[in-house]
Amino acid sequence: MIPLQVVAMLLVAAGGLAVVLARDLLRQAMLNSFYGLLVVVLFLVFQAPDVALSALAVGGGAAPLVILAALAKLKERR
Amino acid sequence: MSGRTRTSLFLVAAAGLAALLGWGIVGLPAFGDFHGRYGVVLNHVALAQRHTTNVVAAVVFDYRGFDTLGEELILFAAVTGVALILREAREAEAKRIVDPVRGDPVRAVGLAAVPATILLGLYVVAFGYLTPGGGFQGGVVVALGMLLVYLAGDHRSYSRLTAKEVVDVFEGGGAGAFVALALGALAGGLAFQQNFLPLGKIGILTSGGSIPLLNWATAIEVTAAFVLLFGEFLEEVMVERR
Repeated sequence: MIPLQVVAMLLVAAGGLAVVLARDLLRQAMLNSFYGLLVVVLFLVFQAPDVALSALAVGGGAAPLVILAALAKLKERR
Repeated sequence: MSGRTRTSLFLVAAAGLAALLGWGIVGLPAFGDFHGRYGVVLNHVALAQRHTTNVVAAVVFDYRGFDTLGEELILFAAVTGVALILREAREAEAKRIVDPVRGDPVRAVGLAAVPATILLGLYVVAFGYLTPGGGFQGGVVVALGMLLVYLAGDHRSYSRLTAKEVVDVFEGGGAGAFVALALGALAGGLAFQQNFLPLGKIGILTSGGSIPLLNWATAIEVTAAFVLLFGEFLEEVMVERR
C-alpha cells in the first residue's frame, strides 16, 4: 500500500466518524456530501477511476440534493 | 435505562465487535492479492475481442450487459415510482414559492458553469468506452449541469428547461432503446444482447460494435431519470401546502 492510499483510507474513516457524530441534521447532510468526496479520492488512489466518477456524480451531487430537499420539506412542516 | 448501564452495555458490545473485526482482518488475504480469475481473463481478452480500450465499459455493456439491463430497469422503475407518488399527491392549486438567486456573482458564475458542466458530461459519455467514464457517470453529470440552472437561477427556469412531457419520453425511450438493442440481436438470430455491429479500429469512437449504442441509450435514460428525480423533489419543496 502506498502512503497516499493510507492517507485516503484514514480520511474516509475520519469522515465517516464525523458524519455519525454530527447531531444537527443540516450539518450532517453537509458532512455527508463532503464524505462522498473523500470516497471519490479513495477510489481514485486505488485505481478505480470509473467507480470514482460514479461516486463523484452520485455522492457529491445527486444524493446531497435529495437529502437537502427532504430536510427543507421537514423544516417547513415543523 | 440509566446512562451508566447504557455505557457499560455499549462498551461490552463495542469490545465484541472489535474482537470480531480484528479476527476477520487477520484472516484477510494480503493487500493487492487478487484471485478473481474472471477479472484477469477479461483484462487479457477484452481489447482483442471487443476493441474497447476501457475494459470496464466492455464488461458493463457487453460481457455483463445483462446485469446492466437489470440496473437500467431498476432505475427506470424507481424514478417512475417517485413520479407516480409525488405527482399524484401534489395539489394543483398549491401556492408557488418564488426563489430567484439575488447575488449577481453567484448567478453569473453558476450559469456560466451550466454549459461547461453539460459539455463535460457529454464528453464523459462519448469517450466512456475509450477512457474512464460511460453512460451512467456522464448522464448524472449532464443532469447536474441542468440542476445548476435551478441553483444559480430559479425553479421556474429549471422546470421550463426540463418540461415533463419531454423528459418522460427520454426516460422511457432510453430504457426502451436498451431493451430494443438486446432484443434486436435476438431477432437477427444471435444471442440475447450479443454484440452485432462491426468492432471497428481500436481507440476511436466507432470502436466496440454495439457498445457505443448501449452506452448512449444508458446516458439518455440516466440523464432523464435524474432530471426527473431532481424536478419532482424540487417541486415538492417549492409548493407550499395549505
